[in-house]
Amino acid sequence: MSTQVLPKRHKRFTGKRVSLTISAWTMGFLFFAPYLQMILTALKSQEEITAIPSTYLPKKWAFSNFTGVWKEIPLATYLKSSFIISISATLIVIVIAIPAAYYVARNNFRGKKAFLLLVLVTQMFAPTALVVGIFREIVAFKLVDTYLALILIYAAFNMAFSIWILSSFFASIPKEVEEAAWIDGCSRFTTLTKIVLPLALPGLVTAFIFTFIAAWNEFVIALTLTSSPEHEPLTVGLTALIGQYQVQWNYLFAGSLIAIVPVVILFALIEKWLVGGLTAGSVK
Amino acid sequence: MSGRTMNKSRLGALPWIAPAIIMIAVFVVWPAFEMIRTSFQNVGATGQSKGWAGFDNYHTLLQNPDLKNVLIRTFIWVVGVVFFTMIISLPVAQLLNANYPGRKVVRWSIIVPWAASLVMTSTAWKWILDAYYGVLNEIAIDLHLRKESIDWLADTKQSFIWLMVVAVFVSIPFTSFVILAGLSTIPNDIKEASHVDGATSWKSYRHITFPLLKPSLFVAAVINLINVFNSFPIIWVITQGGPGYETDTTTTLAYKISFRDQDVGQSAAMAAVNFVIILVFIGLFLKASKNQEQN
Repeated sequence: MSTQVLPKRHKRFTGKRVSLTISAWTMGFLFFAPYLQMILTALKSQEEITAIPSTYLPKKWAFSNFTGVWKEIPLATYLKSSFIISISATLIVIVIAIPAAYYVARNNFRGKKAFLLLVLVTQMFAPTALVVGIFREIVAFKLVDTYLALILIYAAFNMAFSIWILSSFFASIPKEVEEAAWIDGCSRFTTLTKIVLPLALPGLVTAFIFTFIAAWNEFVIALTLTSSPEHEPLTVGLTALIGQYQVQWNYLFAGSLIAIVPVVILFALIEKWLVGGLTAGSVK
Repeated sequence: MSGRTMNKSRLGALPWIAPAIIMIAVFVVWPAFEMIRTSFQNVGATGQSKGWAGFDNYHTLLQNPDLKNVLIRTFIWVVGVVFFTMIISLPVAQLLNANYPGRKVVRWSIIVPWAASLVMTSTAWKWILDAYYGVLNEIAIDLHLRKESIDWLADTKQSFIWLMVVAVFVSIPFTSFVILAGLSTIPNDIKEASHVDGATSWKSYRHITFPLLKPSLFVAAVINLINVFNSFPIIWVITQGGPGYETDTTTTLAYKISFRDQDVGQSAAMAAVNFVIILVFIGLFLKASKNQEQN
């Protein structure tokens, strides 16, 4: 933070520039404020949280909450469930979306328009809207309270975004690159894995991270389809703590932060491609 | 080589796209179909179907004494949240785009509500609004805006406004980044013109930048319409739609009727109505995309 870049010479250090900087920083602060409050609460002891008058900053910084939380709530189990579900859904999405996106980007075929419409419409549909139908289907499949149910649902609902973003990355790779590889005797499959996929790496990373985060953060379906603490992901497990008659906010937020921080960092990495991907339907 | 392609083309696109189609058909299209089918069936409390019921479930839904208020509230929710999200995101995008020290940090902090789980963000807000220990009361008292703590969520009208505030808060990041992306497609020389100091600045924004932003604004608005209409965790975590059904929208109502009141048929009818509303929004979106394509 100390190595702040000085404004460029030709930009005058005017009052306007100062007020611009101040308003931008204030705005940034406002958006971060609820999470700052989360952090500060996670660093207070239980007694301090319910003390009146309360203080903004912890009097004694209770860093021990971040170690204690693992014993207070089954955080390790929740994290494990969230991770298994999210990574499995993401891998399914990637394996299925790559060939579909590649074919769509490279070929014209009968039904292409219908396929793209299907993809676009499902991109718009959140599982929340269909939760009643999803529940009945999963009951019929006898998959209630299993990882598999969540994995399949998350994979299906995130397929569309990955197909969009990957196909736009594939389409941007010149055909000649691939043709050269074919002439050198590479099969279509080797060309895809050795030539095309490395070139589309940013797209792959974006699809991967976006799907992972969507699955990691999902709530409604997990709330509906899981019923045992062993299968509940973080979002459901942590909120279950709020209903209890005395909420242990410090542990609740320590747990939440452990879940949020890695995801925010991943998200920041792919931010510049997300907007394009999410609004891709309007550009195509 | 042509022999091989001929051979492959017989199967055509299927080997490549069939897995994706199967996933979407089984886990997106079928639940939608199942939901609409259920809305026309007589379903017992344990979930088993007892045959066709015609429009009985829709009839029950229409006679639900809370439906009218929930519908009005859903309308206020969607229009209000999307409107304020759009209005606030415009200047936010300008600030994200402008040049000042620490812009990267500001961008990162605005990404946080977008990336963090909605459930956890809502939990933080519930805590901030807490009647006894919430920081909002603390701030209000320290700024001498209030003499003593109040329960921000005690009155249903007021708590619904807070729900909307949280919904706007979490919708702004995505929206302002879409607008930011729109800003970056505006050619540099035009941008320079809109950055001219003094009185011309607002005028050039109004007459040059804003019209060029319209396509991104429309896309952002429609995506927000759908997301806000589907929004569930905020209401669920902060008020559970309560007391009673007084802060429910049609989305949380459908959920409550089904999974709390165990009236699956009526819930499916509500959800089917929601489904049609979303289809209308998607139709709007497709139309907008087509318009943009032609421009």
